[in-house]
Amino acid sequence: MSAFRHTLMGRLLADPLAVFAMAIIALLVVSALLADVIAPHDPSAMNLADRFASPSATYWMGTDNLGRDTFSRLLQGGRIALYVALTAVSIAGLIGLILGMLAGFGPRWLDNALLFFFDTLRAYPTIILALALAALMPRGLGTVIIVVVITSFAEYGRVVRTQTLSLKNAEFILAERAMGASFARIVFHHILPNVLGPFFILAAMNLPVVITIEAGMSFLGIGVPPGTPSWGATLKDGFDYIRTTPWILLSGGLPLILATLGFTFLGEALRDQLDPRLRKTR
Amino acid sequence: MSEALKVEDLSVHYDTREGALQALRDVSITVPEGGIVGVVGESGCGKSTLINALLQLLPENATIPAGRITLQGEDVTRAGTRRLRQMRGQEISVVFQDPMTSLNPVLSIGRQMRDIQYRQQGSRAAKDSRSAAMLGRVGIPDPVGKLAAYPHELSGGMRQRVAIAMAALMRPRVLIADEPTTALDATLEVQIIELLKELQQEIGCAILFISHHLGVIAELCDRVVVMYAGVAVEEGPVADVFLRPGHPYTIKLIECDPGKLKEKVTDLPSIPGSLPDLTDPPAGCIFRPRCDRATEICATPPPRKGLNGAHWAACHHAKVDKA
Repeated sequence: MSAFRHTLMGRLLADPLAVFAMAIIALLVVSALLADVIAPHDPSAMNLADRFASPSATYWMGTDNLGRDTFSRLLQGGRIALYVALTAVSIAGLIGLILGMLAGFGPRWLDNALLFFFDTLRAYPTIILALALAALMPRGLGTVIIVVVITSFAEYGRVVRTQTLSLKNAEFILAERAMGASFARIVFHHILPNVLGPFFILAAMNLPVVITIEAGMSFLGIGVPPGTPSWGATLKDGFDYIRTTPWILLSGGLPLILATLGFTFLGEALRDQLDPRLRKTR
Repeated sequence: MSEALKVEDLSVHYDTREGALQALRDVSITVPEGGIVGVVGESGCGKSTLINALLQLLPENATIPAGRITLQGEDVTRAGTRRLRQMRGQEISVVFQDPMTSLNPVLSIGRQMRDIQYRQQGSRAAKDSRSAAMLGRVGIPDPVGKLAAYPHELSGGMRQRVAIAMAALMRPRVLIADEPTTALDATLEVQIIELLKELQQEIGCAILFISHHLGVIAELCDRVVVMYAGVAVEEGPVADVFLRPGHPYTIKLIECDPGKLKEKVTDLPSIPGSLPDLTDPPAGCIFRPRCDRATEICATPPPRKGLNGAHWAACHHAKVDKA
């Protein structure tokens, strides 16, 4: 048990903020995985007699304009949201991490070339790029993921490059080179552990952003195909009927708020635990 | 005795916007097998450039227009990248000045020490026990427990011991010590010096000890090279150089040592003037603009005047030892 207390998970469990964050994330993940089991209704079943129903024992979060159960749709939508967020952030993060370390530690010309590349991509507004790509590519989750990867990996690259650059001339890197360490050894054994802290917090804080991008693209009608349960689609429906039935919008926003809080708190807790200098306890 | 490290007429220039900065000019240093040679000089005399040149880790804008660096009979200025990587660590290794920054802050001591043993065979446990043994050897209490510690949890003196342990773990033939005691207080300084001496005996390596602290050099080294503005101005056995200095710069440097002061003064002694512009060094003797003994002859390059045996000074006015 004493060994466990010093592992990353052990230290996270000792941090109330991290426990709170992980509880929220666990709730979202479990409800997404078990959506079919938990859902009280078929998320696609239309019941026109019960259109715009208020929250009740039958419909926990009411129904939408087609009489579909909002709660069941949000559970299904959680799958899409988590799938898109985790996939897109992993791909973008990995690309950004590698390119950022190369830019920071590699030769000057490579740094300049990669920076130019990063800045060009970052100069594009996400939504405009999303609209442009959506016009070229088939509508679906793949497009959403590609849009998110293209618009966000430069951010990881920038952060990782800055971190790497500040380490490049650190004495312990010079000491490693003086000990005969190779380029790869220095980058993966010494630079990588130093940049992982800021990287993870950025990734964790970007997860909810990606979920909102997916929601936003679905809201604009360029995300998931019509009829697919998604948080963004529910928000859009709620927006259309906000004057008469505000609870569709309110319940559609609830999982988004939970996901944002959970991942942001987890990111902060991870940062505190991954950097040994910020650890409060040993 | 053969030479562990031999630097012959080494010059290093940096390309700058103002032209070539002559950081080192015709420096020759010989460190015999198992010997301890000191290099002393004020900030900006080219000590760091010398270390980087020895390791062949000079910045991109540096060039070596002349000279040879021979490590164990092999010219490192001609060695390829692969060979250089092999030599670093195995044949030459460094203890850096600031123990606060020479260890990776996010990796545990044990992980860093295991990491530098990647060339050696053996299991993790074997490497860890070797690390712990070396930590114990350099005087760190509870060495096994300290393997799990992070650098920020250790004091400055402890970290410098860890840095020395890491350098010694490689069992190099030549150990460069780059002002390893500057960041430490005086009591620790003595302990670190003693430790270096003991390790040098045990491993049988040669040490090139770089410092601006005359007392430490006198304590530790057999021979000393005095450097000024990228030029070696005097060299000889420690006792000869410090007791009968031949070059006016060495004389001034010894006069300025606060340890020499016998009574209270309001201002510490210093050498008037400042370092010459190394993109356009003065002709002849490099110390001429600050030297109170300078005459017309000093505008011509000074010869290396042998004073007594292996003791020489690059000064027109140096007098041959009578003792």
